[in-house]
Amino acid sequence: MATILPGGARLGRGTELLALLPALALSFFAYAQVALAVEGQLPAQMGLQCGGFTLLAVAFHLVLRWRAPYADPVILPVTVALNGIGLAMIYRLALRYEQLGRDPGSIIASKQMIWTVLGVSAAALTVFFLRDHRLLRRVTFLSGLLGLIGLIAPFLPLIGRSINGARIWVRIGPLSIQPAEVSKILFVVFFAGYLVTRRDTMALAGPKILGLRLPRLRDFGPILVAWLSSLGILVFERDLGTSLLLFGLFVVMLYVATNRPSWIILGLGLFAGGVAAAYRLFPHVQDRVQVWLHPFDNALYDRPLGGSGQLVTGLFGLAEGGLFGTGWGHGRPDLTPLAYSDFIFTALGEELGLTGSVAILLLYLILVERGFRTAIGTRDGFGKLLAAGLAFTLAFQLFIVTGGVTRLIPLTGLVTPFLAYGGSALLMNWVVVGLLLRISDGARRPPPATSEIDLAAVAAQLAKSQAAAGSSSSSSPSSSSGPSSSSSPSPGFSQDGLSTEAVARP
Amino acid sequence: MNREIRRITLVAAAMLVALLVATTTIQFGVAADLRADPRNARTFYDSIGRDRGVIMAQGGTIIARSEKSGDAYVYQRIYSDGPLYASITGYATVVGPPTGLELAENEVLLGTADSLFSVWVRLENLFTGTVPTGGAVEVTIVPAVQQAAWDALGDNHGSAVVLDAKTGEILALVSKPAFDPNTLASHDPEAVQQAYNAYESDPSKPLNNRAIAGDLYFPGSTFKLVTAAAALESGDFEPDSELSAPTALDLPGTSHKLTNYGDSSCSAASTMTMADALAISCNTAFGWLGLELGAAAIANQAERFGFGEDQLIPLYVRPSVFPSDVDQSQTALGAIGQFNDRVTPLQMAMVVAAIANGGRLMEPHLVRSERDDDLKVVTEVSPAELSRPLNQTNANALRDMMIQTATAGTGRQAQVDAVTVGAKTGTAEKAAGQAPDVWTVAFGEVEARTVAVALVIEDGGSRGSSATGGSVAAPAVASILRAVFG
Repeated sequence: MATILPGGARLGRGTELLALLPALALSFFAYAQVALAVEGQLPAQMGLQCGGFTLLAVAFHLVLRWRAPYADPVILPVTVALNGIGLAMIYRLALRYEQLGRDPGSIIASKQMIWTVLGVSAAALTVFFLRDHRLLRRVTFLSGLLGLIGLIAPFLPLIGRSINGARIWVRIGPLSIQPAEVSKILFVVFFAGYLVTRRDTMALAGPKILGLRLPRLRDFGPILVAWLSSLGILVFERDLGTSLLLFGLFVVMLYVATNRPSWIILGLGLFAGGVAAAYRLFPHVQDRVQVWLHPFDNALYDRPLGGSGQLVTGLFGLAEGGLFGTGWGHGRPDLTPLAYSDFIFTALGEELGLTGSVAILLLYLILVERGFRTAIGTRDGFGKLLAAGLAFTLAFQLFIVTGGVTRLIPLTGLVTPFLAYGGSALLMNWVVVGLLLRISDGARRPPPATSEIDLAAVAAQLAKSQAAAGSSSSSSPSSSSGPSSSSSPSPGFSQDGLSTEAVARP
Repeated sequence: MNREIRRITLVAAAMLVALLVATTTIQFGVAADLRADPRNARTFYDSIGRDRGVIMAQGGTIIARSEKSGDAYVYQRIYSDGPLYASITGYATVVGPPTGLELAENEVLLGTADSLFSVWVRLENLFTGTVPTGGAVEVTIVPAVQQAAWDALGDNHGSAVVLDAKTGEILALVSKPAFDPNTLASHDPEAVQQAYNAYESDPSKPLNNRAIAGDLYFPGSTFKLVTAAAALESGDFEPDSELSAPTALDLPGTSHKLTNYGDSSCSAASTMTMADALAISCNTAFGWLGLELGAAAIANQAERFGFGEDQLIPLYVRPSVFPSDVDQSQTALGAIGQFNDRVTPLQMAMVVAAIANGGRLMEPHLVRSERDDDLKVVTEVSPAELSRPLNQTNANALRDMMIQTATAGTGRQAQVDAVTVGAKTGTAEKAAGQAPDVWTVAFGEVEARTVAVALVIEDGGSRGSSATGGSVAAPAVASILRAVFG
C-alpha cells in the first residue's frame, strides 16, 4: 500500500541490473535472428551496436543508483525489452523494404536506433535533473499553455506539415516531429496540477440532480475546454487516436481527483455526442466505422482509400502467426502497409505467434501496473495524479492502437508505445518512463525513521517554518523544502491539502 | 485517491485483458479461416521456396513430392502420374495459390500446421528460427483401384468414384479429361500461364473436378434409388408393393406424358412390384411413385443422403440438388432423376454406400493421416458416421433390390464372379438430339468388405445416342469391382 514497511526497505537496484540482462539478451537475440534469417549473416556492426546499447542501459541504471536509488526496479528492464523488440522488428522490416526497393526503405532502422539513444538519454536526464517531481507543479499553467500550442502548431504556417492525410507534424530543420506527443505529457502535468488544487471544490460543490452531484458551471469550464480541444483535433487534424487519448486521459484524471462518477458519465456523454456528430459530418469517420464492422466485405476490402485492406491484411498476418509464429524474419509482415508503425503489433504477432503477442501484452501489463503502483505509493496528491495519468496514457495508447488492429475497436492511428516507429513518440514515452521512475523513487523511499508521527516534533517544525516564512517571505513549507528535502516528504505536510489520505488508508 | 487509482488500474487491466482475448481469438480461434481466405496472399508466398511434404497414396505410393531445383524457387514440385491423380492433388504453382489437396492440406505440407509438431519442437523452432520442413499427407486412394477407374473410363469424358462403404474412405476419384499438374508446377511463369490458358479455354474443361465439383450431372434413373428409399422409409411401401406402371403416365397439369425407355411398356398388367420396377428401371412406375410420395418426402430423403449440403473431404464438394418447390409433373420427372435433379458422382456413391452399409452413411474422406517430416503419424482420420438415411431393414430391402437389378435387371453387366454385386443403371437425357450421360452405381461385397462405385460417362461415350447405362457404364463398373476384389 501507500507506505513502505519501515526498516529494511529494498532498493532493488541489483534486481534491476539482473533483469536488464534478459531484456537486453532478448533484444540482441531477436536482432541476430532477423539478420540471419533475412541476410544469412550477422550484421557487421552487431558487436558494436549491442555493446553500445548495453552501455546505454547500464548508464541509465547507474544514474538511477546515484539519483533515484529507490526507483521501481521493474520499469526500466520492461521498457528496454519492449524497445528492443520493437527495434528488431523495425530492422527486420527495413531489410525487407530495402530488398524490395520500397518506401520507406532501410532508413527507418537507423533513425529508430538514434531515437532510442535520444529517448533513453532524455529519460536519464529527466531523472538526473528533476530531483523532485513536485517541482513540475510550479509549471502547471505553463504546461497547459505549451500543450495547447503543441496541438495547434501543425496548423501554423511554415512549420506545419501534413503527412499521410493527418496534419499532426511540425518540421524544424531536418526533423519532423509530432508535437502532440509532447502535448500529451504536458497535459498530464497540467491536469495533475490543476486538479489537485481544485479537487475539493469540484468534488463537493454543485447541485445534486437525481442522486448525481453535478459540477458547478465554473468547474465545468476546463472539461469543456478539454472536450472542445479533443474535438478540434478530431475535426481539423483528423487524428482520431490523439483526440480519444486526450479526452480519455482528462476524464480519468478528473475521476481520480474527485471520485465523482458524474464526471465520467458527463465525459462519456460528451464524447459520445461528439463522436456521433463527427460520424454524421465526416466521411472518414464513417469509413472507419464501416471498416470496423464489415472488414471482409469485398467492396470495402478493394477500396484503395479508406478501405479495409490494411486491417484485413494485418489480421491475416496475425492468423499466419498462429500459436508460435513464423519465427523472426520468416513471415511476410511487410505485406501489411505501415507494418513498422500502426501495425507493428500484427507484424510481431505474425513472426512471434500468439506466444509472442501475449508476452508483449503482459510486458505492458507489468509496466502499467508498476506505474499505477507508483501512483498509489506516492504520498502527494500531485504525484498520484501525475503517475496515474502517465500510466493510464501508456495503457490507453496501447489499447487504442492495438485494439484497432485487432478489430476490438475502430482503427485510429496512434503509436504503440516503445514498439512502433516514430521518434517523437519514442522520445516522449521514454520521458514518461523517466518521470515514473522519479516519482517511484519518492514513493518507495522509506518514511523518516519514526513510523509514528511525533506530534510534538511536527508542531515544533511547523512553528519553525512559520517563523522562517515570516522572516524571509518564503512561499510555503513544502516548496521551500524543495528538492533537498524530497528524501522525506513527511506525510502530514505535503502541500496539496490531502495529507490525511496517506495516513488514513494504511 | 488510492481507491480511485485502484479502480482505474482495474480498467487498464481490463483493457489489456480485452486485447489478450482479441489477439487469442484472431491467432488461435479464427486463424484457420483467415488463413484459408482466398484474398490472403501469405498462403501463396508461404509456399515459395519451401520444401513441401509428400502426398502419398495408401501403401506409401508417392504421388507428389518436392526435389531441389537449384533455382530461385529452391524446390520443384513433381507429380508422379500427374493426370491420374490430378483430381486429388490439384497443383502448387509459382504464380498463384495452390488448388486441390495442395491447398486443403497446405499447412501440413508446408510444415506450418500447429498440429504437426509438438509444442517443444515449435518453441525450439521459434527460438532457433528453423524453417519447418513439410509434413506428409497420406490419402485414402488405392493406386490399383484409381488406375482401374481411370482405365475403365477409357478415352471418354466422365468420372468415377469408389468408396469404402464401411469406413467412408475414398478409394478412387477420377475425373476425365484430366490435366497434368506438372505443367502448372513449372518454374517458368510464362509457360505456366500458357498451359493454364490452354486448359481453361479447352471446351472439355479438364480443370473441372467432375467427381466432386464440376458442372453437376443429371442422375437419370440412378436417382430411383433415392425415390425407392423414400418409399420404403414412408412405411407405405415394401419391395413387393404393387406400383401402377402404365405404358405412358399422364403428367398432371400438362399435356405431356411420361414414357419408358424406347416407349416400351414395363408390364403387361400395368402394375408391377417396386423391386421389379427398379430392376428394369420402369420410368412410369417410379413417376407414379413420386406423385404418391410427393416432392417433399423425396427431398427429405435426398437430404438425408447428403443432398444440398456443403462438404469438405477436405476438398470442397459441390452440393447435389433435388428441387422440392415443384409442381406435380416436375415431381414425377424429379423422381426418376430428370427435371432439375443434379448430382456429383461422389453423392451417388454415397447413396449406394449407405444402402450397402445397413443404412449408415459414413463420412466420405480423402485424407487418411497427416504425418510429420519423418512420416510419423500426427493425426489419423477415423471413420465417422455422417447420417442414417434409412433404417437397417429398409436398407437391406433396397440392397436386395439392387442385387436383383444386377442379376436379372438392367445392371447385369456390372456383375463380377465371386462378388456380391448390387447395381442401378441410369441413362440421363439432357436435351433432345443430344446423347445421354450414362451411369451405373453399384456396390460389391466380399465377406466383410463393401465398396460403392459411381461411374458416369458423358454423351454415351463411344456409343453416342444408342448408349445406355447398362450397356456402357455397367461393364466399366464391373472392371473396377474386379480390380478392388481381384
